[in-house]
Amino acid sequence: MSGLPFLSLLLAIPAVAAIACLYVGERNAKFVALGASLLNLVLSLVMWSQFEIGGAQWQFQELHKGLFGPFDYALGIDGLALLLIVLSTFLMPLCILASWESITKRVGLYMAMFLAMEVVMIGVFAAQDLLLFYIFFEAGLIPMYFIIGIWGGANRKYAAFKFFLYTLLGSVLMLIAMIAMIAEAGTTDIPTLMSYNFPVEMQTWLWLAFFASLAVKMPMWPVHTWLPDAHVQAPTAGSMILAGVLLKMGGYGFVRFMMPMFPDASAQLMWIVFALSMVAVVYTSLVALVQSDMKKLIAYSSVAHMAIVTAGLFAFNQQGIEGAMIVMLSHGVVSAALFFCVGVIYDRLHTREIDRYGGLAVNMPAYALFFMLFTMASIGLPGTSGFVGEFLSIAGIYEASSWVAFVCTTGIILGAAYMLYLYRRIVFGELTKDDVKAMPDLNPREWAIMVPLAAVALWMGVYPESFLAPMRGDVTTVVARLAPAKPASDAHVSAGKPKAAADHGEGHEAPAGEAHHAGGSQ
Amino acid sequence: MTADLALIWPELILTIGGLVTLMLGTFLGDRQVGLYQLAALLTLAAAAVAVVALFGVNASVFSNTLAVDNFGGFAKLVIYGASAVSILIAPRFFAGGMRAEYPVLILFAALGMGIMASSRDLMTLYVGLELNSLAAYVLASFMRSDDRSSEAGLKYFVLGALASGMLLYGISLLYGFSGTTDFAGIAAAMGGKLNPGLIFGIVFVLAGLAFKVSAVPFHMWTPDVYEGAPTPVTAFFASAPKVAAMALMTRVAIDAMGPAIGAWQQIIIFLALASIILGAVGAIGQKNIKRLLAYSSINNVGFMLIGLAAGTQAGVQAVLTYLLVYVVTTVGAFLVLLQLRDADGNYVESIPALAGLSQRRPGLAAAMAVFMLSLAGIPPLFGFWPKLLVFQAAVNANLVPLAVAGIVASVIGAFYYIAIIKTMYFDDKSEVEIDGSRNIVEGSIITVSALWLSIVGYLFIPMLTVASAAAASVLF
Repeated sequence: MSGLPFLSLLLAIPAVAAIACLYVGERNAKFVALGASLLNLVLSLVMWSQFEIGGAQWQFQELHKGLFGPFDYALGIDGLALLLIVLSTFLMPLCILASWESITKRVGLYMAMFLAMEVVMIGVFAAQDLLLFYIFFEAGLIPMYFIIGIWGGANRKYAAFKFFLYTLLGSVLMLIAMIAMIAEAGTTDIPTLMSYNFPVEMQTWLWLAFFASLAVKMPMWPVHTWLPDAHVQAPTAGSMILAGVLLKMGGYGFVRFMMPMFPDASAQLMWIVFALSMVAVVYTSLVALVQSDMKKLIAYSSVAHMAIVTAGLFAFNQQGIEGAMIVMLSHGVVSAALFFCVGVIYDRLHTREIDRYGGLAVNMPAYALFFMLFTMASIGLPGTSGFVGEFLSIAGIYEASSWVAFVCTTGIILGAAYMLYLYRRIVFGELTKDDVKAMPDLNPREWAIMVPLAAVALWMGVYPESFLAPMRGDVTTVVARLAPAKPASDAHVSAGKPKAAADHGEGHEAPAGEAHHAGGSQ
Repeated sequence: MTADLALIWPELILTIGGLVTLMLGTFLGDRQVGLYQLAALLTLAAAAVAVVALFGVNASVFSNTLAVDNFGGFAKLVIYGASAVSILIAPRFFAGGMRAEYPVLILFAALGMGIMASSRDLMTLYVGLELNSLAAYVLASFMRSDDRSSEAGLKYFVLGALASGMLLYGISLLYGFSGTTDFAGIAAAMGGKLNPGLIFGIVFVLAGLAFKVSAVPFHMWTPDVYEGAPTPVTAFFASAPKVAAMALMTRVAIDAMGPAIGAWQQIIIFLALASIILGAVGAIGQKNIKRLLAYSSINNVGFMLIGLAAGTQAGVQAVLTYLLVYVVTTVGAFLVLLQLRDADGNYVESIPALAGLSQRRPGLAAAMAVFMLSLAGIPPLFGFWPKLLVFQAAVNANLVPLAVAGIVASVIGAFYYIAIIKTMYFDDKSEVEIDGSRNIVEGSIITVSALWLSIVGYLFIPMLTVASAAAASVLF
């Protein structure tokens, strides 16, 4: 491992570039932002290549004690955080490219806000100090508020307010819980807190407070209502980053804080998560089915996908959690891609009404191809990223509760219904409308965005081991932490014939067993 | 006695400086305002140096009526700083109407506030408070030609007199039932069995002080006075006297009534929650930005009172940190207001007129956004830090329900702060042309305070922790 402070650099580059964007003029701001985000992408990929799989749990640690008095500037990542950081740095240049032509006013400020968003996202995933985490977590509201409010659609002000206040209300309760945790454990160090045993009755309250915040961020039914509004009003790139990374902060919070820090409460209140997830999967899928607005439809599908994530996480086993993480990564790429697909045709026709389109396969074949790929990835077709995540998480959920798995699986069927229905209405059918006929196919800039997204979606689907390997050890740690509290399952899963390869022994056997498992699912 | 004089250098300097400036004004007339301004600033600087020189001294002077300690010192430094800024920003605002009395009145008010922060006897408390208040009444009505200013002065005076009456009644009860006006003596009396007389005394004294910090339900004067008073004076009212009154309230609560915490804690909790909620809800409908900032100050005082309600050293530390950050933010916000003049040179005070400010004056709008988000306590802005400390103190003092209620109510407050940002950034440009003229002094104060309140402030936390701990520890 080289001595380069990777994480600080990842934070500093966009921060400096954000300030520069405000001063260099509109035209240059785009290039500054693109350059900085590409540099960050390269840096994060170098970091990934240097990440030792199976090495220390926390790598690239940086610690400046006492810099902020009672709390520290402590950074460090494990495999889970690494993947989410790479997801953020991967999506950011694409977002900036996606806004290259569609954003025409106050470009400098826009680029600065996106780069600020990147700082915040990396900070959330890299922070190893509870208060530092909270500062980053909450700071994300400010740039997103501006992005929705200034560059959003007709009803942007309402959506910006709703986004800000809704998520703030959730977050503040988490802050009180954090204060109580610091008072109890006497430290703000996240790795220490992850192995600290809080009193069981205290855990319940802390869990509920964290849940209030993370469930809103995730978002889970019934506190998801800010998401469709925010997505519909946000500019294309804003939706991409919102669905791509911001929602993942919720999932990250579950697996980083709630599950390892409050294992007993997690087991005790598991039913809440399962119940809300089941409702969300079915209900939001049905709601998505009847939408006439493309962005709203994809927003509701996000809620449904995130419900599979929460259920998978609370399965408390290796497949469930790994699957949930892959769903998060896959959804990060695929939903960003879908929002971009919407953006492409929105830029041409300036409407999100599904009925205004139709027959795009005729005049936009390349677009239709990519849209098809991402639709399939969203549905979870084998060979795409969606399949790996959904298969693993539902396998994990089944191990925990067969009923939850049953309900969640109907979500996948409904998912296929609403996505294919959307695709049929937009891409197939007769090309009758004159303005639709006049729409040109993808331009080189749009190709440049579609290709990396498609490549990653396929890569994750064909060889998920690249993404599973870095997180495997960390998931095992979480599973081991949860094991004493884990409730009995109703599924009575028993291992298959070759007894030796059974993955019931959660602890040390699991990594090898998992590799086999993941490979076998292709 | 002579030895005591050596320990009250800050007060002596302010008295002499104030009198000299007054004499200069009498003999040289109103034309030399620059000179008086300079004299007043030098006086404040010298007094601040004297405060720093007395750092670490922990003494009681003049038969235990005045405390010379770090707690008072911390408050005085903030007070002198805020007073200096209010003197700096005045000439440009009053243009030709600036008079010699302005810096003099500020100096005497600062003197009174210093005494408030250091008093450890009910009599000195009252003397300091009235010295400050009388100067403040005149300052509020300083624009003689403006009806609103006169109205503000009168309103402030009448309601202030009422509050003083309540305070005096409380003081007389405390004296009557404890037999002394000395804080230590009162504390000793409260250590025994609490009788109704003492409890009534506590209630009335706290009510009188709540008026001074404009805590709900004694806040009614605040929006009107803030709106009517000339903007530099409003900036002064919103900053320095808040520090003095909050410091005084803290000292009375901890030093004089410490043993009776069970009796006053619930009063403070009520004041805190009522201020937070009413300050937040009341601000929502406001169209005038000075009124809005008045409600914002009510709201913020509520958060400070949460720290006081904890009644611990951490709580007092949180109050002091909060005061400092709050003063910087508020003064900054008022300075931004002072930059907003329309084409005719009139000051813009209505919120709709701010629409689209980010396109006319991006720097100014950005600074205002920083101040607003900081007042709302949204990280990464520094206003988050004192809020965190206050809640931490409350949680550690087993006041979790109070902390939860307070923090949930803070979301209501966030609404109107981000509404200002909405007006400046999201709305289309308003009709009102904002004059583009800039002032180096005011501009640099705005820049420095906005920078400090953005992420830079976090680097000062270790320093602030040491300073506030040194100040708070003398009360325990």
